[in-house]
Amino acid sequence: LAHGAGGKATQTLIEAVFLEAFRNPMLAPLEDGALVRLGDGPVAFTTDSYVVSPLFFPGGDIGDLAVNGTVNDVAMCGARPVHLSAGFILEEGFPVADLRRITSSMAAAAAEAQVTIVTGDTKVVQRGKADGCYITTAGVGVVEQPVTLSASGARPGDAVIVSGPIGAHGAAIMLARDDFGIEAAITSDTAPLHGIVAELIKALPRHVRTLRDATRGGVATVLNEVARASEVAVVLQEDQVPVRPEVTGVCELLGLDPLYVACEGRFVAVVDGEHAVEALDTLRAHPLGAEAAIVGTVAADPPGLVLLRTAFGGTRVVDVLVGDPLPRIC
Amino acid sequence: MRVQVEGVVQGVGFRPFVHGLATRLGLTGRVGNDARGVFVELDGERDRIAEFLTRLERDAPPLAAIERVTITPGRRAAAGGDGRFLIVASERSGTPRTLVSPDIATCADCLAELADPADRRYRYPFVNCVNCGPRLTITRALPYDRPLTTMAGFTMCDACLAEYHDPADRRFHAQPVCCPACGPTLRLAYARDTPTAGGDALAGAAGVLRAGGVLAVKGLGGYHLAVVASDERAAAELRRRKRRQDKPFAIMVADLPQARRLCEVDAVAQALLTGRERPIVLLPRRTDVRGAVAGAVAPGRRLLGLMLPYTPLHHLLLAETGAPIVLTSANLAGEPIEYDDRAARDRLGGMADAFLTHDRPIHLRADDSVARVVRGRGTLLRRSRGHAPAPFPLAWEAPRPVLGCGAALKNTFCLARGRHAVVSPHLGDLEGYETLRAYAAGIEHFSALLGVRPEVVAHDLHPDYPSTRYALSLPNAEPVPVQHHHAHIASCLADNGEHGRVIGVAFDGLGYGADGTLWGGEFLLADLVAFERAGHLAPVPMPGGEVAIRQPWRMAAAYLAGLEDGAAGATAVARRAGARWESVTALARRGGSAAPPTSSAGRLFDAVAALAGVRDTITYEGQAAIELEQLADTAERGAYPAGVARHDGVLVVAGADLVRAALEDLTRGAGPPVVSARFHNGVRELIVRCCMALREETGLTTVALSGGVFHNVLLAERTVERLECAGFRVLTHARVPAGDGGISLGQAAVAAARDLFR
Ligand SMILES: [Fe+3]
Ligand SMILES: [Mg+2]
Ligand SMILES: [Zn+2]
Ligand SMILES: [Zn+2]
Repeated sequence: LAHGAGGKATQTLIEAVFLEAFRNPMLAPLEDGALVRLGDGPVAFTTDSYVVSPLFFPGGDIGDLAVNGTVNDVAMCGARPVHLSAGFILEEGFPVADLRRITSSMAAAAAEAQVTIVTGDTKVVQRGKADGCYITTAGVGVVEQPVTLSASGARPGDAVIVSGPIGAHGAAIMLARDDFGIEAAITSDTAPLHGIVAELIKALPRHVRTLRDATRGGVATVLNEVARASEVAVVLQEDQVPVRPEVTGVCELLGLDPLYVACEGRFVAVVDGEHAVEALDTLRAHPLGAEAAIVGTVAADPPGLVLLRTAFGGTRVVDVLVGDPLPRIC
Repeated sequence: MRVQVEGVVQGVGFRPFVHGLATRLGLTGRVGNDARGVFVELDGERDRIAEFLTRLERDAPPLAAIERVTITPGRRAAAGGDGRFLIVASERSGTPRTLVSPDIATCADCLAELADPADRRYRYPFVNCVNCGPRLTITRALPYDRPLTTMAGFTMCDACLAEYHDPADRRFHAQPVCCPACGPTLRLAYARDTPTAGGDALAGAAGVLRAGGVLAVKGLGGYHLAVVASDERAAAELRRRKRRQDKPFAIMVADLPQARRLCEVDAVAQALLTGRERPIVLLPRRTDVRGAVAGAVAPGRRLLGLMLPYTPLHHLLLAETGAPIVLTSANLAGEPIEYDDRAARDRLGGMADAFLTHDRPIHLRADDSVARVVRGRGTLLRRSRGHAPAPFPLAWEAPRPVLGCGAALKNTFCLARGRHAVVSPHLGDLEGYETLRAYAAGIEHFSALLGVRPEVVAHDLHPDYPSTRYALSLPNAEPVPVQHHHAHIASCLADNGEHGRVIGVAFDGLGYGADGTLWGGEFLLADLVAFERAGHLAPVPMPGGEVAIRQPWRMAAAYLAGLEDGAAGATAVARRAGARWESVTALARRGGSAAPPTSSAGRLFDAVAALAGVRDTITYEGQAAIELEQLADTAERGAYPAGVARHDGVLVVAGADLVRAALEDLTRGAGPPVVSARFHNGVRELIVRCCMALREETGLTTVALSGGVFHNVLLAERTVERLECAGFRVLTHARVPAGDGGISLGQAAVAAARDLFR
């Protein structure tokens, strides 16, 4: 069960099972997607499965999540997404009306992202063998601007930028699951990011080092991957991390750290420190990046760690969590 | 013949003692330090040698702790053939096996010199001798010899050199010996304006204090921040600058009479205050004194933390200031005490108005130790300067060297080799990166100092403790996971030199359980090797997880949600929480990962503290429970009853019964002091009942009490009393804290025992 939280347990599972079975040079870096060569130029190729409860939540549903999530993984490779496939696993008795709702929001999301869903598959399993509806999407995209993007590309002196306020998706899901009697207007941040990413790459083709969408495990987990792969330190300024007040409120109530809460329409960019302001201006010029912020810097020491300078002047280690977060205070 | 002496035998006047003894007995030969301790080669009459060996152990200097004496007969003494006995230079080969002495408070002889205008060390802030002064904090490597200490940079003047080489002198081979002509110098620097102040540094520093300023003072194991203790405005300003809201500050007083002016000091407390370890001692405040201590120093506390000066510099500063001063470790919240001069300048610039500092570097940081009297006996709440690294004997010889990594908060680590375990000075909370760095560097330093390469690494079960991660990152060492509360009980056993099997009562905040849930109100049947969970408090959800620790009102909501009591929403604590009460109640009822269940005793105290209106949110660990204890009506004898049931052979205690009883009492108009007392008595009763049930079942008659909840003296004293009345033998903590500061010792003891008996 702990294998889904996006933390260290997931990492271990991936390395022990999948990497072992499918080992090849394109899979090995474990980026969001792989660049493959088919004929002329590089093509980005990725896949992801979507299991979310509840299936419908403020700001979206599993359908647009399945489209945007894969679109975003293609975008994080620096590519323009073109085609998607969609596979459905449905629990026997799943209402057709719900399926219609899901497919129409997938269609709308695909239209907005300017991708076409070109192939698909559906399986129905016995009641109780699945939780309503699971979707797997795969996506291909073309690399139009040659860039080198990798989690291992961060260097000391680089700036760390997030494209907007974090944690809204996870907070919205949490509120949708249960009635906590909270009146908070939080909607998921799910959105296709290839447009804003293209603007960034166009403006700074040689100065963007890393792009990652901050999904499961949140910004903290993504940055830990970067710190480890690049063998650098990431130093965050707590008061610079953008979080909407209503998200802060829900996180406070539920005892969550927004840094670990999932986003579905936010990404982290590591860019050359000297071009950080330019990158920020470019992002802020796009509607999805109006509240982008420089949240920290990359340093040489201590390699592999993410540190958070708190408002109190202290420095905290932002670690990858092994399982569900359990309190560490005695 | 050759005699090898191991233990704490360096830097404690051991060689001069051997020299004197051998000379008096007319023996020839030599004595020196080596990596294993002290070696003696001697020659002479047989019965004189026998006499020597007897007196060697019997009359050893006060600071020495002999661990082992090994005699190799036959070899002739290599030196001293001219009929004399010599002290020779140290032998540096081999792995160090010796132990360093803790830092020792200034002795009476040195104090007399400090006050004597005719003495060449009159008013010299660094006077020391073989019986006192810095040790661990200035030691860079072993053997303990001047070139390997931070005194290496000071070349002794002729006068000091003469004392150093005179076997009849108190400073014979005292490594940090120095004087105004050759030793460290004191300096006052203002944080702003002028870089260095002219004139007398001490007078200037006292001036800063008297003017209401914050003074940074470089002490033995790190920097402190000081203000005049009676200065209301200065104390409040210190709180603001240190960003420390409520946690009490300690006070340094010039002498015992001054301590008595502020607090009740009984004989045991006096011995603690004046002992050579000089901890901060928590003492009952005198209620008949007003204005001597600012309200901001220890708000809401019946106790004050007092300490006496332990360096010549402190003696001089107190005399010059003429009033008690607040002396609190200089650091940012959650970070370790500053000890490096440049880092202190950089990081304390915004906190201190001036720095009273000097040029003798501190090599290893050590915070002040904290002690308290419990049932007529001193108990350490924080073990650090003055105590570390005095070794603990282990019940058995550890087959391989062991590192105990500790827990997360108030952390220490422990290195064990052979029959001895050395616990590090208090480090602080590993959540902070600076503390984590100090932790890793400290383990390296101690490993090198003791010549130990740990082959067994004991760690907590909590996967996300920084100490667990550290343990698992070490190459070439076998990790041994030790459950948190088993480590607590083992630390109590090790503290008492025992190995079990006992009924262990481990009551604390939280620890990761063997079943992956959070424990903290545990009855274990335990020895050093293994344990069995024989009973516990009934689990309740912690709504919001960690945030429920900082917000005790949430634990009140969680307990009341479980009671299904219609009156819950009408309580004062619910009214204070407002709209959030309903949300948190819903969160508690839902359970799951956002409201993990815990059997913690600390959270039960939190719930009652919030319910009784003591505190809804806290700013330091254990605050609500401490304040609940402080206001208890000690004359009240009533006790709330708690149901004990058996599930699958395990005792499960309904902590909620105590909460319900408190709620009913409060509804009837009972005051918080009475409620607090009846609650404390109720916890005592449930402990005694469970211990009796377990004795019935197992025949075990010894109870070990451990865990941070037993820092609560009201609970600890009453529980011990009642258990002893019921015929139990009760083990409590004295030399390591009952809280998480003792965990590393317990882990090491368990890992060593498992290594031996596997
Ligand atoms: Fe504990
Ligand atoms: Mg993905
Ligand atoms: Zn002395
Ligand atoms: Zn001198």
